[in-house]
Amino acid sequence: MSSCTIYKRELASYFSQPTAYAIIVIFLLFSLGFTFTFGQFMDVGDSSLQWTFLFWHPWIYMLLAPAVGMKLWADEQRTGTIELLGTFPVSTWSAIIGKFLAAATVWLLALALTFPIVITVNYLGNPDNGAIFSGYLGSFLVCCTFLAITMLVSACTRDQVVCLIVSVSICVLLMLCGYDPVTRELSKIVSPGILEGIVSFGVWDHFNSLNSGLFRLKDFIWFGSAIFICLLGTSAILSAKRA
Amino acid sequence: MIEVDSLTKQFGTKRAVDALSFTVQKGEVLGFLGPNGAGKSTTMRMITGFIPPTSGEAKVCGISIIDNPSKAKTKIGYLPESAPLYNDMTVVGFLKFCAAIRGLKGTAKNDAVERAIDTCFLSSVASQSIDTLSKGYRHRTCLAQALLHDPEVLILDEPTDGLDPNQKYEVRQLIKRLGKTKAILFSTHILEEVEASCTRAVIVDRGKIVADGTPAELLAQSETGSLTDLFRKVTSSDIEAAA
Repeated sequence: MSSCTIYKRELASYFSQPTAYAIIVIFLLFSLGFTFTFGQFMDVGDSSLQWTFLFWHPWIYMLLAPAVGMKLWADEQRTGTIELLGTFPVSTWSAIIGKFLAAATVWLLALALTFPIVITVNYLGNPDNGAIFSGYLGSFLVCCTFLAITMLVSACTRDQVVCLIVSVSICVLLMLCGYDPVTRELSKIVSPGILEGIVSFGVWDHFNSLNSGLFRLKDFIWFGSAIFICLLGTSAILSAKRA
Repeated sequence: MIEVDSLTKQFGTKRAVDALSFTVQKGEVLGFLGPNGAGKSTTMRMITGFIPPTSGEAKVCGISIIDNPSKAKTKIGYLPESAPLYNDMTVVGFLKFCAAIRGLKGTAKNDAVERAIDTCFLSSVASQSIDTLSKGYRHRTCLAQALLHDPEVLILDEPTDGLDPNQKYEVRQLIKRLGKTKAILFSTHILEEVEASCTRAVIVDRGKIVADGTPAELLAQSETGSLTDLFRKVTSSDIEAAA
């Protein structure tokens, strides 16, 4: 199956260069570093991981996820290998899925390597592991959404730096949409209905509910749709660029 | 094997390919000559399905590249002009990836890769990383990927570009040998290659065919018996084209 072949190639490519290692190390450093410093993990004594550990993930993703995703299409267009892919008996969609899953796998590995904190919290306290699991799920879904956005931007440009800057900007905007200090300011300007629309549009609200242990259908629909629309958009842009 | 019928490509106001029609049968090697910007690469990209034509039809082994691209692409081996490769892979790794994309598995895949390496004289660099290869080896690696699945049709865009005289000779001999059992279309603006490798040649200028025939017929068309003079007579230079 061609997406599988492309997936394997992309994954090997991430690990044959410093990219994957740098991302994983930096993510672990920041996520766990913030937990013990700003998160005041030891002082707070909260075993849920919701506010001490998982809270930081989306903020880290909004800057780092584009760094993983920015090479996805920009590289192919710059080196010309897009012409190889375009003439292989492989659909654009297979290539998109293969590349997206490879980038998501690198992040899944980074997330999985944070397992010591889960062991720690189970040793020190009595956490609700179901809520921790849903928090991790929310974290991974946020990451995948940001990756999908980056992939869409990557299809628009040959320049990796432009892709990084634009993707980070979009991710920052989506984060701020639902973030409390921002919504508090916005509530003074816009009506409650519009404010609710803005909040639902952003990532924060949907991540937070999963982080709290709530499994709301609308959150999964939001994440699923955002990822699907970005991947579909990527396919449309790549086809349009050649026509 | 290759049937092109009134193939046209318009980029905005510029007509890069203007109602081109020609055929290449099995056992024929068609040389595609023309000045830079004549539309050779664009034509090849349309036949291989990389870019869609504005109008017209292209069929490979009777299969339309527009209506049934995935099936048509399985019949084609394509060497793009820039000989694009994945720099982070080894030669063998890259060829195995291309073979897998072509649907080859297990022993068939390994045999195909070995055969391609032997055919293109890549044995000495097989385990080297692609980014360490010289231009000649890069070209041959890209040519090797076009031969992996033993396609009935070969489309080669400037296959001897940038090669040294020894390498040029080897590639021309290879084209001549493969041409006995396949339909080959290759583009060049090195006129001596026409007499060396082609059974027929077509001269293209500003998107249109301006001369067509066997090397002997083309030489007869030229008053001085020189292909260079015929080329200069039927094509316009950049200065004239701009005027």
